[in-house]
Amino acid sequence: MTDFPAPSQHLPRRSDGFSVAAMLFAGLCVLAAFGTTRLMRGALTGLGVYASAWEIVFGLTIAGSGTLFWPALRSLVVTAKARAARARNDIVELRIETAAAKDHAFITFGWGAFALCIFGFISFVLTNDAAVGKTFFLLPLIQAKWWLVTKQFLLNNLFIFVATEILVLVWGLMVALARLIPGKAGRPIRALAIIYCDVFRGIPAIVTLYLIGFGIPTSGLSDLIVPHIVGLFIDLSAMSVAEVRAVTRIPVSWWCVLALTLTYGAYVAEVYRAGIESIHWSQVSAARSLGLSYIQTMRYVIVPQAVRRIMAPLLNDFIGLQKDTALVQVVGVVDAFNQSRIIAANAFNLSAVTIVAILFVLITIPQARFVDKLTERDNARMRAGG
Amino acid sequence: MAFLEIKGVHKEFGAFQVLRGVNLDVIEHQVVCLIGPSGCGKSTLLRCINGLEKIQGGEIRLEDDRVSGPGIDGDKLRQNVGIVFQSFNLFPHMSVIENVTLAPTKVLKMSRVEAEAKAMVLLKRIGLEAKAREYPDRLSGGQQQRVAIVRALAMEPKLMLLDEITSALDPELVSEVLNIVRDLAKQGMTMLLATHEMGFAKEVASKVCFLYEGVVHEEGPPAQIFGDPKEERTRAFLKRIIEAGRL
Ligand SMILES: Nc1ncnc2c1ncn2[C@@H]1O[C@H](COP(=O)(O)OP(=O)(O)OP(=O)(O)O)[C@@H](O)[C@H]1O
Ligand SMILES: [Mg+2]
Repeated sequence: MTDFPAPSQHLPRRSDGFSVAAMLFAGLCVLAAFGTTRLMRGALTGLGVYASAWEIVFGLTIAGSGTLFWPALRSLVVTAKARAARARNDIVELRIETAAAKDHAFITFGWGAFALCIFGFISFVLTNDAAVGKTFFLLPLIQAKWWLVTKQFLLNNLFIFVATEILVLVWGLMVALARLIPGKAGRPIRALAIIYCDVFRGIPAIVTLYLIGFGIPTSGLSDLIVPHIVGLFIDLSAMSVAEVRAVTRIPVSWWCVLALTLTYGAYVAEVYRAGIESIHWSQVSAARSLGLSYIQTMRYVIVPQAVRRIMAPLLNDFIGLQKDTALVQVVGVVDAFNQSRIIAANAFNLSAVTIVAILFVLITIPQARFVDKLTERDNARMRAGG
Repeated sequence: MAFLEIKGVHKEFGAFQVLRGVNLDVIEHQVVCLIGPSGCGKSTLLRCINGLEKIQGGEIRLEDDRVSGPGIDGDKLRQNVGIVFQSFNLFPHMSVIENVTLAPTKVLKMSRVEAEAKAMVLLKRIGLEAKAREYPDRLSGGQQQRVAIVRALAMEPKLMLLDEITSALDPELVSEVLNIVRDLAKQGMTMLLATHEMGFAKEVASKVCFLYEGVVHEEGPPAQIFGDPKEERTRAFLKRIIEAGRL
């Protein structure tokens, strides 16, 4: 048998290095704060918006980064205690103090890195007399155009992805269930589902959009079908050809919904399938043994459990889908991105595009938090207590 | 005439023959215990009776009606035959009461109110009515198994199959589960149970069957099987059980 060293021989590594590094890092951050505020002063003066009130902001920024010295100092103090404990050979005390010293040092590193990132971003925006800032964040242009861009966002991007998401939730599940149909008789259905997934996951979304958005209207396929459906509700016989056209024309954005549903249905079907297959097979046994049919087992036992597990990957696909609505401009839909490019081309400035970027981020965040909440709630309900 | 008749049942997984002609009868209101070494096919046999596994030969008859082979409505059969597994029985996303009422409402189309009322009566009988709204993960293993039994009972089965329902439990939880089985036996429920609890088998069984190498190697009343086994293999098996301190 190997000789394990007695516990007392496992002395913690010295924390002196961490504490000193934390002090140096805090110093670096304060220097960076100085540099950034100088840059800000210059840029603001250049823009003609400098006022002495800004000095308060600068002072606070520097003072704020100075607080990083506080955990660094505590780290040093605790390290000194640890050294004393080591000299006394007080192992327990030594372990406690060393751990605390490291903790304090890492607080400095963490918040320092956070501050450095912010300073870096501000500097980036303000360099060259705020030229970068003016390119991306020209406030007057943003003020003038944000509603125009946002309106297109709501009318097109939002409409397309909300409609697509609803369809994809249903369609993806249908494809996943088709792929999992058991038995010999189910083989052709399974094959169909597999082919569909392979094809539509393979084709780039932009190509599918192009093919469907242009192809179906051009091929006359929609003229062949839609009038018959509309005819059920409206009497078309008394109308002229142009009038019939007008009431039976399907907006291009609907074709975009179809194209994106086909593309993302393939992704989401795979997510569903992974979720369903992750449920232990004994759950199927348990359900079937109670007399539930295959469909009932899926409906009440397997899918509800699977859906809870796939919330996060599903959201991933949905965010991907939402961003891909920026592609619909290839078939001529004036979505937010298209609109902003028109503005950008006219103004020789990218700020309108920045609005689009911000809009996409803004709609993503609440969804992410919503899914976090849902997952948390389910976990609390199903697993907590113990 | 036997309530459940198993005649020459064969079951194989690929090239591996688990059951090679099992013959077994269960008479109504009897409790039959299946014993045998691990891997001898006890669980497989129970799953075959319940139609969860297809058999490759032989016949299974319930109340003189063939319930194995082609053309059988497995879902109908399973309404009459309740089964409780070793573990992973309950649906974790449903509360206790939802677990119990799922099959009565969806399969028997019972109204929700009626199903819940019946479920509460059953839960009361096992002393878990206070846990009706809890989720399975908040219950102890023993409580979960009791709920699983109740869930099977809610379908009012004519036959209960219990597959080592206590083997995943801590020793102190075993008795609370066995007490329920004991009660069911007293009320005349027909049961076929696979078990490693030999003491319990001795106490409740009308008949004990020793499954070995894919056949019922020996069967008889518990006093005979445990006291005076005829077959060499049975003796060897019981000797090991006694050595393990489980009899
Ligand atoms: N789905 C399956 N595919 C292949 N082999 C299987 C399958 N299910 C069970 N087996 C095999 O069949 C044999 C019998 O298994 P079974 O679960 O019926 O044993 P058991 O008597 O219940 O054992 P235990 O007392 O350990 O529960 C085992 O050797 C097992 O490996
Ligand atoms: Mg088993």
